[in-house]
Amino acid sequence: MVDSLYRDIILDHYRNPRNRGTLDPADYSYEDVNPLCGDEVRIDVRVVDDKVSEIKFSGRGCAVSQASTSMLTEMVEGMPLDEVKALTKDDLLEELGIPVSPARMKCALLGLKVLKAGIYGIDQLDEGLK
Amino acid sequence: MTSPITTPATPLDAEAIRADFPILQQLDPEGRPSLAYLDSAASSQKPNAVIDALDDYYRRYNANIHRGVYHISELATSRYEEARHLVADFINANSPREIIFVRNTTEAINLVAQSWGRKNLQAGDLILVSLLEHHSNLVPWQLIAEEKGAQIVAIPLTSDQRLDMDSFDELLKREPKVVAITHVSNGVGTITDVTTVTRKAHEAGAVVVVDSAQGVPHLPVDVQAIDCDFLAFSGHKALGPMGSGALYGKLALLDAMPPFMTGGGMIKRVEVERSTFADVPGRFEAGTPAVGEAIGLGVATSYLTEIGMDRVREHEVALLQYALPRLKDVPGISVFGPEKTEDRGGVISFTLGDIHPHDIAAILDSENVAVRAGHHCNQPLMRELGVIATTRASFSVYNTFDDVDRLIGALHEANRIFKLE
Repeated sequence: MVDSLYRDIILDHYRNPRNRGTLDPADYSYEDVNPLCGDEVRIDVRVVDDKVSEIKFSGRGCAVSQASTSMLTEMVEGMPLDEVKALTKDDLLEELGIPVSPARMKCALLGLKVLKAGIYGIDQLDEGLK
Repeated sequence: MTSPITTPATPLDAEAIRADFPILQQLDPEGRPSLAYLDSAASSQKPNAVIDALDDYYRRYNANIHRGVYHISELATSRYEEARHLVADFINANSPREIIFVRNTTEAINLVAQSWGRKNLQAGDLILVSLLEHHSNLVPWQLIAEEKGAQIVAIPLTSDQRLDMDSFDELLKREPKVVAITHVSNGVGTITDVTTVTRKAHEAGAVVVVDSAQGVPHLPVDVQAIDCDFLAFSGHKALGPMGSGALYGKLALLDAMPPFMTGGGMIKRVEVERSTFADVPGRFEAGTPAVGEAIGLGVATSYLTEIGMDRVREHEVALLQYALPRLKDVPGISVFGPEKTEDRGGVISFTLGDIHPHDIAAILDSENVAVRAGHHCNQPLMRELGVIATTRASFSVYNTFDDVDRLIGALHEANRIFKLE
């Protein structure tokens, strides 16, 4: 169980995060923390022609939160905003491909929550992501 | 037959003690080895004696206390007040009236800040805390400081997270009104010499509030010897039930304090527009208290007294002496807190390579080793350490060298998974 949680792709994204950094100026920026374990994620997005043209993330936290955010940034690069808005947690969990226990779900979904809160506004987050 | 390398002994028969804790006896539903519980700083496990006391109360004499003129209410009242005596004796209070039952340390400190603080603090007053404080001995002071226009300053730490006593002496020249100080750091284990802190603070004219959430369950505590004005602890960290805890306060101070929460049970006479309040300690116990839980806390103090708090401390020192050098052999580990075991309670906080504490705790859990990972409600201390979180193992009477071995084995496993060894 624990070996499969920390499979190589997770460790790879944790050690070598993709799209790490910040964008200034950015069209959308948002950051949030998971107060339970102190995971922090900030995401900056630039949009051209209603598509994600550039995306960077920064923050600190567990392998699950940081790797899932890194993978998320790869997923949405070049993606039309409508599709980003329609992303579900299952889409991300499928991409992660690891068994995420209820206790770790907030870690795994922090990046997606931050991205959607940035684009949508925190008030309009899907119930399932709050 | 030659004997194997002797495992050092601790002064307690931990195996016999473990038999008193049903949670440590149960088989793991997932077939893992039985629980190695190393999170007693968050909450301790409860012995049969405490569980039985709760069961006995709820089955045999569950009733509200104080005004019931029938047998089981009288029995509940007398057991509740007996528990107050037991707690008073446990920390050597001068009188049971100096013990106020609360839900936990947090509530006790809020009581002091909101009652004593609201009455006595003024604009410009100084409140001294330290960088070791749990949020529960910091945030309550922030609220009252903001309301009163008082200032909060933290006593800095040495490089191994002990109080910097020279800085403390300097800060005392500013004549603080309150020194609110942790007895044993839940974050890194530092034991504060609260007796010396209290003496110095009193010389400077300050009132001393000791957060002993990690002290009372693990060390012999004598409030008269310390001479502090207030001391708070949680029952649930001291083998007692959840929702039990106590505030000790010197009677003269408590007597002069207004109520914190108000309502039933804490009044003398109530008219529509005004009321007069009960004497101490009833004045501070508004509403129906957690009766069975207070009784359970009394039983927990008896259980610990029977073992002997000196031996509890010696046992935890033996565990530290066994664990610290072995932990330091784990590649990539950094252990925080004082080097000498005389300065450290049964708390070991550490980081391991670039593995986030949350990931470490998850890997340890897969071996059924329970530790805590996070900021431990110690964010200013974490900032001081330059980390966002640590992994923390903490001990109690039921821990053994085997628990330590399993912790260390699981840390090697974490290193293996993260390809660090």
